[in-house]
Amino acid sequence: MNFGFTEEQNLLKDQVQRFMKEACPMSRVRDISNSDSTFDQALWQQAAELGWLGLTIPENFGGLGLKWIDLIVVLEAAAEGLCPLPIASQALASTAILTCASEAQKASWLPAMASGEAVVTLGLYDEAHWINPAAVAASAKANGEGFVLQGKKPFVNDALAADSLLLAVQGPDGLALAAVGKDQVTVTAQPTIDSTKPMASVDIDGVEISGSDLLPMSEEQLAFLTDCGGVATTAEMVGAGAAILAMTNGYAKERIQFGKPIGQYQGVKHRLADMFVDLESYRSLCYFAAWTVDDSPEELAKAVSMAKGYASDAFAQIGIDGVGLHGAIGFTADYDAQLYLKRSKWARPMYGDSDYHLDRIATLGGL
Amino acid sequence: MDFDYTPDEQSFRQEVRSFIAENLPPKEQREKNFLGTWLEKVRAKGWVGFAWPKEFGGSDGGLIEQAILKEEMSLAKAPPLGTSMMGLAWVGPGIMEYGTEEQKKKFIPDILDSKVTWCTGYSEPNHGSDLAAIQCKAELQGDHYLVNGQKIWTTGAPWSQWIILLTRTDFNVTSKHDGITCFLVPMDAPGVEVRPIQNMAGDKHFAEIFFTDVQVPVENRLGAEGEGWKVTVSALANERSSIGEVTQLQAKLDDLKTLVKNTKRQGKPASEDPKVRRTVAKFEIKISAMKYNGLRYLTKQIKGEPLTSETSVNKLHRASLEIEMDDFAIELSGQAGLQLRGGEEAVDNGSWSKGALNWPNVVIGGGTPNIQRNIIAERILGQPKD
Repeated sequence: MNFGFTEEQNLLKDQVQRFMKEACPMSRVRDISNSDSTFDQALWQQAAELGWLGLTIPENFGGLGLKWIDLIVVLEAAAEGLCPLPIASQALASTAILTCASEAQKASWLPAMASGEAVVTLGLYDEAHWINPAAVAASAKANGEGFVLQGKKPFVNDALAADSLLLAVQGPDGLALAAVGKDQVTVTAQPTIDSTKPMASVDIDGVEISGSDLLPMSEEQLAFLTDCGGVATTAEMVGAGAAILAMTNGYAKERIQFGKPIGQYQGVKHRLADMFVDLESYRSLCYFAAWTVDDSPEELAKAVSMAKGYASDAFAQIGIDGVGLHGAIGFTADYDAQLYLKRSKWARPMYGDSDYHLDRIATLGGL
Repeated sequence: MDFDYTPDEQSFRQEVRSFIAENLPPKEQREKNFLGTWLEKVRAKGWVGFAWPKEFGGSDGGLIEQAILKEEMSLAKAPPLGTSMMGLAWVGPGIMEYGTEEQKKKFIPDILDSKVTWCTGYSEPNHGSDLAAIQCKAELQGDHYLVNGQKIWTTGAPWSQWIILLTRTDFNVTSKHDGITCFLVPMDAPGVEVRPIQNMAGDKHFAEIFFTDVQVPVENRLGAEGEGWKVTVSALANERSSIGEVTQLQAKLDDLKTLVKNTKRQGKPASEDPKVRRTVAKFEIKISAMKYNGLRYLTKQIKGEPLTSETSVNKLHRASLEIEMDDFAIELSGQAGLQLRGGEEAVDNGSWSKGALNWPNVVIGGGTPNIQRNIIAERILGQPKD
């Protein structure tokens, strides 16, 4: 039993934090997320060279052959600075390939993903707030040797930046992932509260794909990928939550009102303590969930629901209190606290809100 | 990161399980002197004071094995490993760290053998959360100290033989943390008077204690004069992982789920009510968070990294669970949930209604939730003291 990170994982964390500080500070985050492409090729290439895009891709496909517990080290540390690079989307897409594709398909997809040459994202459900195989409405119908697609996939993360997209569809033989290139489809930005997490709809009506671009996917595999999305999102909530807590904690020590630092008042310090308790707790649950992905998949569903079920509401409150405890400066556009509040809103429904996960815990726990 | 146990740890777990299977019969089959036999047997196994050094009668056991031992014992709902909870939790460790050789020889074996029960004389009528401001006075008079003052809310005082007592030996100090001295005092010493206090659950577990010209020999002082605060803080820090508590809370959660399955609200199964499902799930998440927080802190301890005050995180979770779970069970059961033990309609023989009145034992003892928040904000987050 050892619930700690290895020396290598700690070094990886340091590396990501240094990258965020030196190469991707908040001024750059703001520039990238306000640009039309919402993407920065140069930074992406740096992330690729550091190996972060192939962490969980096996070595024979050009990756590092590590596990999700290593991946979340990167996701957490990058989210401390609200990194706008589609690292989570790339990881989910490569996990989807590893889960659903044949060896030949893996060989054709994964090396370019590990090297950063191809940006790929994953779009699963067609309805907001519905995690269920029935919420996949887009379809693929037989069309000669290949398939023709129908539908419009909403809320696809990082779709504008992606070269290729893996989109869940109802195929002739059940669920499947349709692989499409950006030139085949129409991608329309869907601006949200959080510009560091760009989202878009993808129109696939009438798009023709070859037989090898439809990857069969079971309902269990869809559920697994959804849960991996929950782990990735929660890891980012750990990093972003820690950052706004640190920012607010520092401000409370320096801001003097009524002759003393506001952190000396229990109304302030107790809120900070509660933020710490919540962050610490969903952090522990998140690390355990990330460990189950590779080492105990039968525990994954419950572990993710514990982590995301806790984090969804807790991080939302941390965002609100982080801004609120700052007072007026907290909601000033030039000040960074508000960006974290926006991230907390973005993360809340992603891969299931707290109600979804609490209900699933009740079911898995025999109620 | 690895949540698997080593073969040695697994075989230790097996050993504990086999021991329990052999020595813990169901309640209705237990002989009259069961508890005495049980205590002797766990003592013979070396499981009392498991992580204490061998030279003091412990087993030098590892932290993980200790966690396994606690976990298995509370899974089996076994009786405690000794009758002096406080003796094992902090009085013993305090004596081992600060006591004289004579004190170690005199007190440690009796704690391990469950011969002596200890209580803890900290709170006073005017000083509970502000513990360091205590006023109970001890004056050096030749070969003994003369103690005068009052303690209150002292859990276990009505049946304990000894008390670890916090007094003030110096009133002319700039910091209230100075001038405090710790003593080990027999409860039957002349001048010690115990008056039990009934709590809202109807029990007389705690008491007020009056000390009038009580003579305490100098050799019963624990640590140096004026060093009492240090002794106390390090004693309170002796609580290790909360694994045992987690297992108890999990068992309580299982009982709560059974209750949910057997309960109807407004004519419909309670288990279909979204509010009920989500409330129970929140309890389950909190208990899991305690478990994995505890394992992270345990790992830190094993690696030799200092723990600051992280245990306060789990204390806050435990406090809210202790208050909310019984309360929810009562709410779920409507009027029947209000019935007391022995009542005709009492739900689960009144255990929930009892629990709903008993939470202050755990929630207030050892520092209220607001004190835990102060500790987190000041010691971990570095905010200025009030």
